[in-house]
Amino acid sequence: MNVLNLFRIAWKALLRNKLRAFLTMLGIIIGVASVITMVAIGEGSKQSIRDQLSGMGSNMINIRPSSNFTVGGGARLGASSLQTLKVEDVNAIKNDAHFITAVSPGVSSNGQVINGALNWPTSIQGVSPDYLSIREWGLKDGINFTDNDVKTAAKVCLIGQTIVENVFTNGENPIGKVIRFGKIPLKVIGILTEKGENTFGQDQDDVILAPYTTVQKRILAIPYVQTIYASAIDEKSSDTATKEVTAILRKQHKLKGSDEDDFSIRTQAELISTISSTSELLTVLLAAIAGISLVVGGIGIMNIMYVSVTERTKEIGLRMSIGARGIDILLQFLVEAILISVTGGIIGVILGISASQLVNMFLKWPILISDSSILLSFLVCAVTGVFFGYYPAQKASRLDPIEALRYE
Amino acid sequence: MANTILDIQHLKREFKMGSETVRALKGISFSVEAGEFVTIMGSSGSGKTTLLNIIGCLDQPTEGDYLLDGVNVRHLSRNELARLRNRKIGFVFQSYNLLARTSALENVELPLLYNSGISAEERKEKAIRALEAVKLSDRLDHLPNQLSGGQQQRVAIARALVNEPVMILADEATGNLDTRTSYEIMSLLQELNRQQGKTIVFVTHEPDIAAFSQRTVTLKDGRVIRDAKNMNVRSAREALESLPVNDDY
Repeated sequence: MNVLNLFRIAWKALLRNKLRAFLTMLGIIIGVASVITMVAIGEGSKQSIRDQLSGMGSNMINIRPSSNFTVGGGARLGASSLQTLKVEDVNAIKNDAHFITAVSPGVSSNGQVINGALNWPTSIQGVSPDYLSIREWGLKDGINFTDNDVKTAAKVCLIGQTIVENVFTNGENPIGKVIRFGKIPLKVIGILTEKGENTFGQDQDDVILAPYTTVQKRILAIPYVQTIYASAIDEKSSDTATKEVTAILRKQHKLKGSDEDDFSIRTQAELISTISSTSELLTVLLAAIAGISLVVGGIGIMNIMYVSVTERTKEIGLRMSIGARGIDILLQFLVEAILISVTGGIIGVILGISASQLVNMFLKWPILISDSSILLSFLVCAVTGVFFGYYPAQKASRLDPIEALRYE
Repeated sequence: MANTILDIQHLKREFKMGSETVRALKGISFSVEAGEFVTIMGSSGSGKTTLLNIIGCLDQPTEGDYLLDGVNVRHLSRNELARLRNRKIGFVFQSYNLLARTSALENVELPLLYNSGISAEERKEKAIRALEAVKLSDRLDHLPNQLSGGQQQRVAIARALVNEPVMILADEATGNLDTRTSYEIMSLLQELNRQQGKTIVFVTHEPDIAAFSQRTVTLKDGRVIRDAKNMNVRSAREALESLPVNDDY
C-alpha cells in the first residue's frame, strides 16, 4: 500500500468520527497552545529584563567600600561613610588593569536644585568624563565635561531629562544656563539622553552629573570617593576584570593574605544572570506544566486509539480478509494517531501564537515567540502521536483475522 | 480443459484446547475446477467453518496440502497469505461487513487499496464496473445504512469481484436475508457463474440454497460424506418468479 492511500484511509476513518477525533485532538491542541504561550511569556519577560539591565551598561563593575570592620561598640558603618576608596585607587585601576576600558570615581549627594523660581529635590553624582561610556549613556544636547574640568573642579554639570522638566519652563534651552545645587552655582553644559525607569522603578533621569572633584571639594568637602565605576572590555570578561581589580585594590590597600577585602565588587553581568536565571526558572516551570498537559493529551490519544481498535475489530478483520497485511493495519492506526496529533499540533501552534499576541495586546506583557518552542512542541506532538499510537496500532495489527471477523 | 482452482489433499486441522486436541478436519480431499459453482454443506460442528477459513487462506492446515490456483498455502507466511487473499479470493460474508459511513463505491474500492499496483483512476473504474455487474451503478454514493440488506450484500459481492479473483468464497451469504432477497442474491451469483465463468464456493447449511449450485460437498464430523453433482440445478430466477408476487404480511 502506498503512503498516499495510507493517509487517505486514515483520514476517512477519522472523518467517520469527527466529534471524537476533534475531542481527542483537543488534548493536543491545548497542550501545544499552552507550551507556546507559556514559553512566549517566559521568554518575553526574560528578554525585557535583559534589555533593561543591559541598558544600564552590561559591562559595568561597581566597587564599594565594604563594611567589614566595626567602630566603637561594634556597630558596622554604612558603605557611604567608609573612607577606604581613594582617587589613587581609581588611577591604579586605570593604569594597571588590562580588562578594564574605563573607570570613574563616584561621589554623590542629595540636595535641592534651583533655577530661578523653580526647584526640585534630586541627587548630584560626581564622576569623571568616562562615566558616560561606562553607563552607555549619551548626550542629547551639549557636551561632556573634560579632564581639565575635573582638574579645576569646574562648576559645570550635565542634567537628566527629569531635571530639565522640573526646573526649566517649557521651551527654555537649559544649555549655558546656571542652576544652583544647594548653594553651588553650576553651568549646564549638556543634557543626558532619556533612560526611563530601571528594573526597580527608579527614575534614572532624575540626576545631575558633575566632575567628581567639584562634588568632593565644593559640596561634600571629602577627600575620598564613595564608589568606583568601571567598565570591563566585554560582558564575558567581567569575572576576569573583577579578579584583576581585586588584586590591584588589595595591593593598594596593603592587605595581607589573610585579611578580608575592605571593598566589594559587583558586576552588572552578575545581576543580569541572577535575574535571568530567576526568569529562566519561570520559563522552565511554565514549559513543564504545559509539557505535562501535552503528555496528558498523548494519553488521551492512546486511550481513544485503544477504544477505536476494539470498536473496529470487525473492520480490521474485514480489511485483513481482503488482503491487508499486519503492517498495513499497523500503519493505518499509526497514521490516524499521527494525523490526530499533527492536526492538533497545527491548530495548537496557531492558537498558541494568537493567545500570545492577545496576552501582549491586552495585558501588555512582553512576549517572545521563539521558533524553537514552536518546532519543539510540534515535534513533541508528532512523537507523542507515534509513541502513544504505536501500541494500539500494534494490538490491531496482531489480531487474528478469523477472530476479528467473528467479533461482535 | 478447465484448470483446477482448489486442490485439497488429505487436509487435516487440529486445535489444541488446553491438554485436549480437537480434530476439526480429519482428512479431506476434493478439488474444484474453474467455472464451477460448488456449495459446501454441513451442520454446525461438521468442520465447515474450519474448512472455509483454510480455503479462504485465513488459516493453515495442520497436515495435508491445499493448492489455491496452483499455490500451496501450507508454508506461506501471514503476509504471503494476505497477498493471496487480496489477489485470488473474493469474500462474501453473512453480515455483509461493509464499512459504515463509507459509500458503496469506496467500500468496493477497498481491496484495491491494498494492491499498490493499481492507480486511483483504475481503482475507481474497476469499482464502478463491479457495481455495474451487481446492478447497483445508480447507488455509487449511497452509504450502507441507505441500502437494503439485499443491496448491501450486492455491494459486498461487487467488492468480492473487484480484484478479479479466481474464486468467490461466500460464507452463509444469504443467512441474513429473507427468501425473496436470498433468491435474488443466488440469481446474481448464478448469473456471474454462467455468464462470466466465475468460480464460486458457497458455504451454507441450507439445502434449499445448495439446490442452486452445480455440485454439493457435504461435511460431517470433519470428513466429506458426500460429494455429488447436482443433476437438476434450480434456476434462482425461476424460483424468484414462482414466489407469490404480493408479499403481504
